[in-house]
Parts: sequence; C-alpha cells; structure tokens
Amino acid sequence: MTVLDAANLSLRDLNQTLQAAAKTRSNEAFEILNPRGSHAVAVGLDGPVTVTIKGSTGYYCAGMNKEASVTVEGSAGPGTAENMMSGVVTIEGDASQYAGATGHGGLLNIKGNASSRCGISMKGIDIVVHGNIGHMSAFMAQKGNLVVLGDAGDALGDSLYEARLFVRGEVKSLGADCVEKEMRPEHLSLLEDLLARAGADASPAEFRRYGSARKLYNFNIDHAGEY
Amino acid sequence: MCGIVGLFLKKDELHPRLGDLLTTMLVTMTDRGPDSAGIAIYSNEEGGLKITLQSEAPDEDFEGLGEALSEALGIQAALKQVDTHAVLTVPETARSEALAFLEERGLRVMGVGASMEIYKEVGLPVDVAARFGLRDMGGTHGIGHTRMATESAVTTLGAHPFSTADDQCLVHNGSLSNHNQMRRKLAKKGVLTKTENDTEVGAAYISSRIADGADLGEALKGTLEDLDGFFTFVTGTRNGFGVVRDPIACKPAVMAETDDYVAFASEYRAFADLPGIETARVWEPEPATVYFWER
Repeated sequence: MTVLDAANLSLRDLNQTLQAAAKTRSNEAFEILNPRGSHAVAVGLDGPVTVTIKGSTGYYCAGMNKEASVTVEGSAGPGTAENMMSGVVTIEGDASQYAGATGHGGLLNIKGNASSRCGISMKGIDIVVHGNIGHMSAFMAQKGNLVVLGDAGDALGDSLYEARLFVRGEVKSLGADCVEKEMRPEHLSLLEDLLARAGADASPAEFRRYGSARKLYNFNIDHAGEY
Repeated sequence: MCGIVGLFLKKDELHPRLGDLLTTMLVTMTDRGPDSAGIAIYSNEEGGLKITLQSEAPDEDFEGLGEALSEALGIQAALKQVDTHAVLTVPETARSEALAFLEERGLRVMGVGASMEIYKEVGLPVDVAARFGLRDMGGTHGIGHTRMATESAVTTLGAHPFSTADDQCLVHNGSLSNHNQMRRKLAKKGVLTKTENDTEVGAAYISSRIADGADLGEALKGTLEDLDGFFTFVTGTRNGFGVVRDPIACKPAVMAETDDYVAFASEYRAFADLPGIETARVWEPEPATVYFWER
C-alpha cells in the first residue's frame, strides 16, 4: 500500500503517480490523504490499480476510469466517474450532479444519494445508487443499467434510448417517452447480479423497471403540422 | 461561473472567528471567480444604523465626513474607514437625512442596516480580503462572493453582495435572463436599481416582495416563479441567511451543518478548513426548495 498525501503533492504529481502505476498493470494499492474536495482526483487511470481516497472529492473524480478500482470515503462533487470505461468506482457518501455521465462501462456504486442528472447520456455503464437520485436522471441514456434503491426525482429517463432503469422507491415523474415496463425473469436475474456486485441489501422483486417507449425514435407524420 | 459562501454561527464563542473562517472559504473559491470579491458581515448590534460607503478617493472623501455629518444634522455620527470603504454609524432616526447628505456628496452607499456591513472590490479574493482586514472581523453570520462577470462590467458596483434594503443582501451564482423586464416592472413600482447588473434586480425583487408584506420564505419562493434564468441565491438578513436554487439547479451548491454552524458553499472544498467538518452533516440543497437559518 502506497500512501499519497494530497497536502504535500500537486494534483498533477498525484495523478501522474496513479496513472503510471495503472499503465504498468501493477495492481498496486494507493491511499490518498487530504483530498479536501479537490477537482479531478484519480482521473484517467488506464489499468488495474486500487485507489482509496480518505475524504471528500470535488468535480470529476475518477473520470475516464478504465479497469481501476477507486473508492471515495466521503462525498463526491459533480461529474464523478464521468465517461468511465470499465472498473469500479465506489462513493461511500453522496454524489453530486451528473454522476456517471456518458459512462461506457464498469460499475459506479454510490452508497448515499446522487443528485440531478445521474447517468445522463450513459452508454453502457452500470450505476447503482443506494439512496435517492435527483431530477432529469438518465436523460438520453443509451445503454447500461441504472439501479436506484430509493426514490427518483422528476423527469426520470427523459428521451431515453435503450438503457434499463430499475427503481425500488417512488418515481416523482417520468420524462418524455419513458414508461414502466414488465419485469421479466432476465431482468430479475440481471438485477440480482447488479445488487450483489454493489453489496446492496435489496430483493430484485421490490423494483420496477422503466425503459423507452421508443416513440421518439422515428418521425411521426401526425406531428408534421407542428413544424 | 462564480463562487458563493455563507456561514451562520450557532455559538457565541465562535463569533470572533467569523471573518477568519469566512475568508478562508472565500479565498478557496478564487478559481470560480477571480475578478472581484465581496462579503456582507452581520455583527452584534451596538445601537444605531450602519451605513457602508465606498469611494474612489476614500482619503479625500472620508476625511472629516463624520464631523461634517454630525454638524449638519446635529447628531452624533461615527466613522470607521476601512480602505476604500467606510462605515458610518448614525442614530436610526437620522436615516433619511443622513442618506440624503451622503448622496449630495456623491458617495456610494453599499448597504444600510443595524447589523450589516458590506465590503466589496475588484481584484483577487485574497487581496480584497487583505485590503479590508476581513479575517479580523467578528460577527454572527456572513455571506461572500467571488465573481466571474457575465452580465455586467467588472467594477466595484458590479461586485456582490447587492443590498437593496436595510440588512438585506444577495449573492448569486448564475445569470438571469429576464432582468431587464423585471427591472422595468420594479421601476414602475418605484423600486430603482443602481447598476445594469442582473443580480441587483434579483436583490431588488426580493426586498420589494418583503416590503409588500411577504416573509423571507415567500420572497425566495417568488424568485422561482418570477425570475427566469440560472441561479443559486444566498440572501443575508439581519437574523440569518436563506438559500434557493432554480428548478434546473445546474449551478452547484453544498451545505454543511454541525452543532456550531451552518455553512453554504458552491463547492465542498470551501469547507475543508471548517472545524469539525469531518463529522458534519453535508448535503446538497434540493432544486426549487427554500432553506433558511435564523437565530
């Protein structure tokens, strides 16, 4: 285990140390002290390393993550795990707006709440939120799974493509073209796997599934007069 | 982009540290707004009305001003000069006469109140704080702002906080899109603004609603209906501060509470040096929801 104290290191030196270790595929473990809400901590890791951040982070923590496992032992600012490709990012506290935005793969596991626009434009990432999520979450989400153990805010899944949304609690409102869908056996087994990977104590049967009604995919001739 | 901070102290023994704690928070927000900075600080009232003035030629304008005002109005006026600002303390009863006297001399009134003092200038937050000695100021609560200008020029008068009524002020991250229309509406009611700045209109809207009988909560809720644009607002009052975010809430906001204080900031890193932050309750204020703390 290597301990890096952010109080004595520039952000660039800190990230270059992590990125170099990731490149060598060392599987090395790092502990980051005194993150103090800094921006862009542990971004662009391109290989298997384990990073534990002892405190809260600011904007864009663990962005573009590939194969690395990053844990924030606190809360995370806006854009956490943005454009993540693979690996696991765990937030022990809350995540601010647009967590997991445009993520292509991997697991983003948020133990607290996530605020607005969680999973916006997600493209294959799996996001599990143990608490609630804010408004406009999964807006234009294309692929992947968003699992919410708590409640969802307004306009969930607005203009949704093929991402699957699972919510255990209340959904304040669904966005345009997002509808509740039947929970079939393959969805229950998918959900069971995701919940197990996220260490979430919940039964798949308690969730409802939401997806795209696919009515915005094609131009509707009945609306021609509105243009 | 701008940075906002606010700190409300629950315990009397922390009051002497208000300026120090708030200044650290303010300086941390420099990269969100490096062109101007300002702070409104509320301290225990010692009687009298405090008028915060600003001048381009402070030594000239403030020299003998207290005596001249005392003599002209037959009152006891005290003047404390702080760099380009001065706080003039006059009896409550001399409010309108004193303001008329100052206006006649062409002095800029930044704010008026029993408790509030406002200090704002162009420059890096760390320099602005040093000029005014903000770290040494005590008080019960305060709000601050670091500005990255969008809607009006980088000038002292364009810096936040904006005060449009006694002991009320506003700081803002965002931009209002219907401020010209609202400015005209307010002008028809006789509520006049001094600058072309959008936030000043927001402040004038809130104080006009309060003057019409609304409480602070109702006035802040009204911003959601009547103001269009992006905003995270923090408004200071004699007794505390209030927070409201527009329904889209793309401008960041985070809050922290312990037994000792309630703190607001644009980003968590502004809290990093607050005592006991490790165990504080930290959360993000909901969109279109009004919060306030008052003593």
